[in-house]
Order: sequence, then structure tokens, then C-alpha cells
Amino acid sequence: MAVTDQKDERVKEISRFRQSLIRPELGGIVGNIAVFTFFLLFAFDSGMFAAQGVMNWGIVSAQFMIIAVGACLLMIAGEFDLSVGSMIGFAGMMIAVFGVVLAWPMWIAIIITFALCLAIGALNGYIVIRTGLPSFIVTLAFLFILRGFTIYIPQTLESKTIIGGIRDAAEGDWLAPIFGGKIGQPIFQWLGDAGIIGVFERGNRMGEPVVDGIPMMMVWAVILIVFGHILLTKTRFGNWIFAAGGDAESARNSGVPVNMVKVSMFMFTAFCATIFAICQVMEFGSAGADRGLLKEFEAIIAVVIGGALLTGGYGSVLGAALGALIFGVVQQGLFFAGVESSLFRVFLGLILLGAVILNTYIRRVITGER
Amino acid sequence: MKSTIKTLALAASVAAAPFVTATTASADGHGDLTYVLVSHAPDSDTWWNTIKNGIALAGEQVGVNVEYRNPPTGDIADMARIIEQATASAPDGIITTLADYDVLQGPISAAVDQGIDVIIMNTGTPEQAREVGALMYVGQPEYDAGFAAGQRAAGEGVTKFLCVNHAIQQPTVGERCRGYADGLGIELGDAMMDSGTDPAEIKNKVLAYLSANPDVDGILTLGPVSADPTIAALQENGMAGDIHFGTFDLGEEIVNGIKDGTIIWGIDQQPFLQAYMPVVILANWDRYGVLPGNNINSGPGFVTADGLAKVEEFAGEFR
Repeated sequence: MAVTDQKDERVKEISRFRQSLIRPELGGIVGNIAVFTFFLLFAFDSGMFAAQGVMNWGIVSAQFMIIAVGACLLMIAGEFDLSVGSMIGFAGMMIAVFGVVLAWPMWIAIIITFALCLAIGALNGYIVIRTGLPSFIVTLAFLFILRGFTIYIPQTLESKTIIGGIRDAAEGDWLAPIFGGKIGQPIFQWLGDAGIIGVFERGNRMGEPVVDGIPMMMVWAVILIVFGHILLTKTRFGNWIFAAGGDAESARNSGVPVNMVKVSMFMFTAFCATIFAICQVMEFGSAGADRGLLKEFEAIIAVVIGGALLTGGYGSVLGAALGALIFGVVQQGLFFAGVESSLFRVFLGLILLGAVILNTYIRRVITGER
Repeated sequence: MKSTIKTLALAASVAAAPFVTATTASADGHGDLTYVLVSHAPDSDTWWNTIKNGIALAGEQVGVNVEYRNPPTGDIADMARIIEQATASAPDGIITTLADYDVLQGPISAAVDQGIDVIIMNTGTPEQAREVGALMYVGQPEYDAGFAAGQRAAGEGVTKFLCVNHAIQQPTVGERCRGYADGLGIELGDAMMDSGTDPAEIKNKVLAYLSANPDVDGILTLGPVSADPTIAALQENGMAGDIHFGTFDLGEEIVNGIKDGTIIWGIDQQPFLQAYMPVVILANWDRYGVLPGNNINSGPGFVTADGLAKVEEFAGEFR
């Protein structure tokens, strides 16, 4: 994707305007404009664009973004991870097991969970590399294995499938607020006092603003997007990712450490899933065996809406983030618009189809393929 | 590009169509009160159809707008987001299940503190409903219902049982098995089976368990999802009508099972009441300020072969 300034007679000349317009994210940008226009027209006075409503679809989008960044980089590197959803459930449960059942300090629980999940991600990658099996099958196996453990472990230890009390266990911990905290409370308190956003009318939080800060889930989403984007577009490693997914054999022949790239991308996907899980259990205070169901597909859908190619070698982190935003806005926006909720999947299918058609067209223009 | 834009325009108009009909339907001569029911059930759980019909009927009879929302995969964390979403859209009341107290108490009390009235239905306990500041609890206390079923089964001669649990990830449903075991006065042990939700899988697991444990003389299923395949399994191995078979909840197959003697009784928690009553109660509370003084137990009610007519007529719709 690197663009050089030097003239080269072998490179076809493209106007600057066309060049800036034709990019993998275009589909995501067009989609977002369409989706926001739709909801501004149909759900404007439903509270969707008040502070609380924005926070609602914002955080749902941020959730999708966190897992989409990992899935995007992995997909560009030419592999899938279907175990993301199960990994979310598993990581959350490990936090609960270490932090609540075994009552270890929360920071140790968090670090061990990260280590464990990254190791499983590496194992995923290692098996794919060593056996040459499609990652689709290998990670499908881990989808079941991890979900199975997520149900079995708490059932055996506590004879229940939801373990609560994580919030209390994380009280006063130095590491936990990085995942479960909020930032910018004074600003929101001021906004609440100034009457710009609503305040609680009764109960023991009376007078506090209904939106009292930016959750760390959103901060993590931004960090991961910026990191992923820079890694992919500005570094040599980013070029390796494209090369590994485009044509692994020729990449290998030109000296790209394809195996290392792929394994590290599996680990990064696991890392993103673990971030998601820890933010979630810190916010909600309990880990459940049903957490993260089908999230792997939601991540892949966001990435595909964002313009990445299922076969690898092509895509953009910003596009994936925009895809995640579309996904989150549509999912919550349909509730605001009062649409029968069983139609959600119909909308999702239509958006996916529309995005893929648009993206295929854009990609043909970029790559010149017919 | 042109054809793409056309496709998108078409998609947008198709997408807008159901929305337009939805608004006109709800604006149709109804009052200005809006209540949202949030459940924890995934789309695949057909049992909740009764709930949808219940609130729709109540909304029509009382003259208020009602909406039903659920997390498509049944993920409770997603459900919390839906409750937050419902709160942000400022309805007059929220009716919700309390499937995981840790996760949902925050969003629910935030709704209560913003002046939205909340009624807890179906899942949860009266104590938890009081904790989050809800007006009341409408439902069937799960452990008590299981205990009552166990006592009854003990009287009917059950000594060793199998509990087919299709919702192992939901602790409240498992309480039914625990209550049943305690009601029978025997250890739960490994009698609770994690059956999954796939009908063929459930059927084969039940068949395998029964042939491996021939001394089992009682089966408890926790809803149509596990009951329907279990009926098929018993018909296949010839134990239908011979083994003591009780189930939670009703459905078309379960009613047929009760009629032909495969199932001794079905425990009806009367979901219709769990959906219908909260709408009526909230509407009267908002309009006239009147509120019943206690929680409402919608069940358990044992449905046997006697008095099946009404149940049969409305199975899957209102029963």
C-alpha cells in the first residue's frame, strides 16, 4: 500500500482526487453516512442522539471495534479465528476463577489470564502453521474446546455457570481500573450540572449525570485502532502481514518470516478478545459461560463490511473500525427506531450484502482486476 | 458504481418499509404510554412467543404501546446494553428479566433512578427485585417450583431421576433441577445433564443415559427445547408411558405428550401472566397511581390430562 513519490513509467498515473477517494475504507465511510442519515431521519427524537443514547451505541460499537481490529489484522495475514467468541467467555471466566474463586489479587489474575489466552492464541497459530490445516477448522475446534472449559470449570468448582463478585474483588486494585474504570468524570459532572446532559432524578445517585465518564472499553478501542493502523500501514511488519496473506509462498521466498507473522497475529487476536473480556467482567462484575456467543462472526462481519478480503492480503484497520461502527449503530439504532427486533438479522444481512458488493467494486478499481 | 448505488437505494427502501409499518401500527389510536419488555432469551427460544403475544394483547386491551427486545444470542452482557438503550429512549416503564443479578443490577437501577418504573418478570427473585428498586416481581420462583415438583414426583414413586438441562449456562434454570432433587430428597449428583439445544443431540444423549442407567425411573425436562426430543427418545426406546416424566413449561408437543400419557404433568409457570400483568399494572400505576401490594406468583401450576382443553387450544400462543 506504500505510495512512492518518484516517477516510474511502469506505474499508471492516477489523479490525486481519485487516489484519495479510492481506498479500502470507502465502503465503510459510505455505509456510515447512509446508516447515520437513516437513523437521523427515523430515530432523531428517540433519545438516540442524546448523551445517553450516544454512549449506548458508542460502547456497543467500541466492543465490536476491539475484536474487529484483531480479526482484521489476522484476516489480512490470511487466517481466520473462529474462537474469538469462546475466548471472550473463557478469558472472563479465568478472571473470575483466579480473582474470585481462588481469591488471588486481581492484578495477578489479569496478568495470568493474558498469559494463558496469548498462549492459546499462539497454540492456535502453531497448529495451523505446523499442520497446514485451514485455520477455519483449527479455530473451530478451539471454539468448542474453550466454550466447553468455560462451562466445565465453574460447574466443577462452584456448581454454577455464572461467577459474580468480580467488582468487589477488584476493589482497590491498581491494574483493574485500566479495564473497568472510566475517564473524564469531572467534565461529565460539569456537563450534568450545566444541564447539558441529564441527571438522575432519584435514588442514591441523585444529581449525578446519567453518563458519568468515558468507559475504558472505548479508550481501548481507540488505542487498538491507532496501534493496528500504524502497525499495518507504517511499519515493515505491516508489509509482512500483507505479504503473508497475499501469497505466503512468494513472501517466504523473499525472506518474510511468514510463520512468525501468522502466529503473532493469532496471539494479537487472542489479546484483543482478552481485552474485551476483561473490560466486560470489570464493568458487569460477573463472568458467565454464555458470554461472547457468536462474537467471532460479528468481528468477521465488521471486518468484511470494512472492506477486507476474506482470502487475505487486503484490508484496512480503519475500515474494520468503520464496519464495527456501522454494526453497533445499526444494532442499537433499530431498537431506538422501534423496529421489531426479530428483523435485526434481516437488516444485518442487507448491510453485509450491500457492503460486500460496494467493496468488491472498489477493490476492482484499486487493484485493476477484472 | 451506478448499479451499486441503485442496489443501496433499493436496500434502504426495503429496510425502511418495516419501520414505517411499525410506527403506524403503534400510533394507531393508542395512548402515549410506552412500555418496553427486555428478555434474556435468544431468538431461537420459541417459548417467548407467548410473552410477545401476552404484551401485545395487554397493550391492545389497555391502550398502550409495547415493545419486545432481546439479545439475539442470549448473551446477558448484550442484554445489559439493551436495557441501557431502553433507558436512553425514555419509555414510561421497563419490564425485564433479572437473568444475572451482577450484570443487570447496574443498568436496571440506573433506569429506576432516572424515573422509569421497572417490573421484574420471569427470572430473578422477589428479593433481587426489591434490591434494584423495581415495583414488583411477577414470576415463578424457580427453586420452589422445582421443589414442589420433586415432592409430587416422590409421592408418585420416583427414586432415581435424570434432569435434562438445555440451558446449562443459565443458573436460574438449573435451580429447578436442584429444587427437584431436594424435593425428592436425593442428591443431585450427576443427574443433571448438559444436553445442549440441538434436538437430535438431546434425543441421543437421553437415549444413551437411559440405557447406561437402567434404574432411572423419573425424568424432568426444563422446557419444550429439552422436552420435545425427550418425548421422541422415549417413544423410540419404548419407555414412553412407563417411566415417570414431568416437565417444566408447556408447548404443543408437551400437550400431546400429556394427552397420550407419555408425560405425567407439565408445570405451567403461565408466561402469559408474566407478560400481561406487568403491562396492566404499569398502565394503572401511571394513570391512576394504584399498585398491588405484593409480588405476583404466576406459577407453578400443574397441568395434567384433566383440563387440557384450554391449554391445547392456546398452546404456544397464550399458554
